[in-house]
Amino acid sequence: MRAWLPALLRLALLVLLVVFIASPGWFEPLLRPLTENGAPAIYNQGSLLTLTLLHLRTVLVATVAATIVAVALAILVTRPAGAEFLPLSRSLVNIGQTFPPVAVLALAVPAVGFGEKPTLIALFLYGLLPIFENALTALTTLPGNVMEAARGAGMTGWQRLMKVELPLSAPVILGGIRLSVVISLATATIGSTVAAKTLGEVIIAGLISNNLAFVLQGGLIVAALAVLIYDGLSAIERYAARRMGREAE
Amino acid sequence: MIEIEGITKRYNGTAVVDDVSMIVEPRTIAVIVGTSGSGKTTLLRMINRLVEPTAGVIKLDGADNRSLPGYQLRRSIGYAIQGHGLFPHRTVAQNIGTVPLLLGWDKDRIKARVEELMTLYQLDPQAYGPRYPHELSGGQQQRVGVARALAAEPNVLLMDEPFGALDPIIRTKAQEDLLAIQKRFGTTIVLVTHDMEEAVHMGDKIAVMDAGKLLQYARPAEILARPANGFVETLVGSSERPFRLLSLGRVRDAVEPGGAEGEAIPGDASQRDALAELLWTGRPALPVKGADGKPLGRVTVEGLVKRARPA
Ligand SMILES: Nc1ncnc2c1ncn2[C@@H]1O[C@H](COP(=O)(O)OP(=O)(O)OP(=O)(O)O)[C@@H](O)[C@H]1O
Ligand SMILES: [Mg+2]
Repeated sequence: MRAWLPALLRLALLVLLVVFIASPGWFEPLLRPLTENGAPAIYNQGSLLTLTLLHLRTVLVATVAATIVAVALAILVTRPAGAEFLPLSRSLVNIGQTFPPVAVLALAVPAVGFGEKPTLIALFLYGLLPIFENALTALTTLPGNVMEAARGAGMTGWQRLMKVELPLSAPVILGGIRLSVVISLATATIGSTVAAKTLGEVIIAGLISNNLAFVLQGGLIVAALAVLIYDGLSAIERYAARRMGREAE
Repeated sequence: MIEIEGITKRYNGTAVVDDVSMIVEPRTIAVIVGTSGSGKTTLLRMINRLVEPTAGVIKLDGADNRSLPGYQLRRSIGYAIQGHGLFPHRTVAQNIGTVPLLLGWDKDRIKARVEELMTLYQLDPQAYGPRYPHELSGGQQQRVGVARALAAEPNVLLMDEPFGALDPIIRTKAQEDLLAIQKRFGTTIVLVTHDMEEAVHMGDKIAVMDAGKLLQYARPAEILARPANGFVETLVGSSERPFRLLSLGRVRDAVEPGGAEGEAIPGDASQRDALAELLWTGRPALPVKGADGKPLGRVTVEGLVKRARPA
């Protein structure tokens, strides 16, 4: 009974989320008490479904780009030829992380204009570090005798990378992607300050019109998405780790 | 043939392998023994260039081993790594098929070869083929590691303590299998072990290493009879020496004319086994029979004891 309880809770959350996004009207009575002066209880300046999908798309695009760049960078600096760039790439990626996303937005708008682009840039920079760090850890802590066996079998450098190093690193890299996605899901909301179409729009609309119901529904959708995606990626990670005879941490 | 000529490997100025020269004749087994850290693994790895020597040359069948790119050289040399080093994310069958796949064998040929090797090492292909290495016992993993090294039918096989984790029964079986494979394909083998018994049993020649130096390289009987120095003598084990010497000889070669009471021992058995049987049963002599069952004569305690000392 214990074992399937969490799964059941997740399923319930997923169903609730889908139903809420698809027909938020059904939940109006629940949110009504949070509004004043007959203000609308359900976001009425656009479709929640569209905003959710756009929000997810923004996060997806930024994460895919961050993954490609971070993993490529980690591969590069763990090759003998690229080892000297290790400190440099570490500091570059760290700068990406220490720079506040709001500042990135402010700097990016003059360069690329309002809309999705500055948000993508901020999310991309912000998502790099966890993926890079994890990929670096994974690629530098591979079991020595397995790597020796790969060389001993006559694999070329490229074959070792594709057939041994990356598959063995996959669970840990996935862990980095998971962290990055969750950070991005939350951070994407501020993209709406520069006119990106994300769920941040709902929250900002609530703040402007002092409508607690808007703020709450925007926040809850983002939170539910984060929980579900985090769980899903954790499950994939555990599966990958189990296949390798490693315990997921 | 493997010709090792003046090979030295230094790490930070320390010679880990120090000016070693030895020749492994084609279709023979050279066993390297020595204390931990004496440079056995390093010497082995220089043969397939997993380690590049600081000085010296290694030739395989007359050709410098640097005349091919390293990865191509290594595909032609079987390597059973110390502690198996199986790929944890690949099944047993995929692990064994690694080198054939790299060499571009077609699927059916790889499958057939993998099943042949698994059967040889008593791992049912249906049951174990799809498993992952962590789902095997230590001894099974080690056998898969050896099977992987053998997969592409290499002419040269390097084995680093391949039977360490096997129980005595499976170890003996694995040794016999390896000898049979070696005879059948004429493989040249360099094998590292800590087990002197294994060295005497498997080796056409034994190389004794200490602190990077090759102390003695000779036939087992020679090493047992005339150890080059105190270190070799200790390693050989003075109390075991007579029995090891006897284990090298066949009963057939110790036969004396005459008969004896009791069950006959086959002429192929080792002289050590014959002596053990005599001591255990308290008899002075045993009848000996040939492969066809015909009596050949007898072996005596007295006769064997004479043979337990170097000539
Ligand atoms: N890459 C390396 N860098 C520095 N020192 C090394 C390196 N590889 C091996 N050594 C050293 O070389 C020496 C010989 O190592 P090697 O692995 O050849 O020993 P071995 O005889 O195989 O020992 P064992 O029986 O324990 O396997 C050891 O002292 C080891 O610490
Ligand atoms: Mg070793």
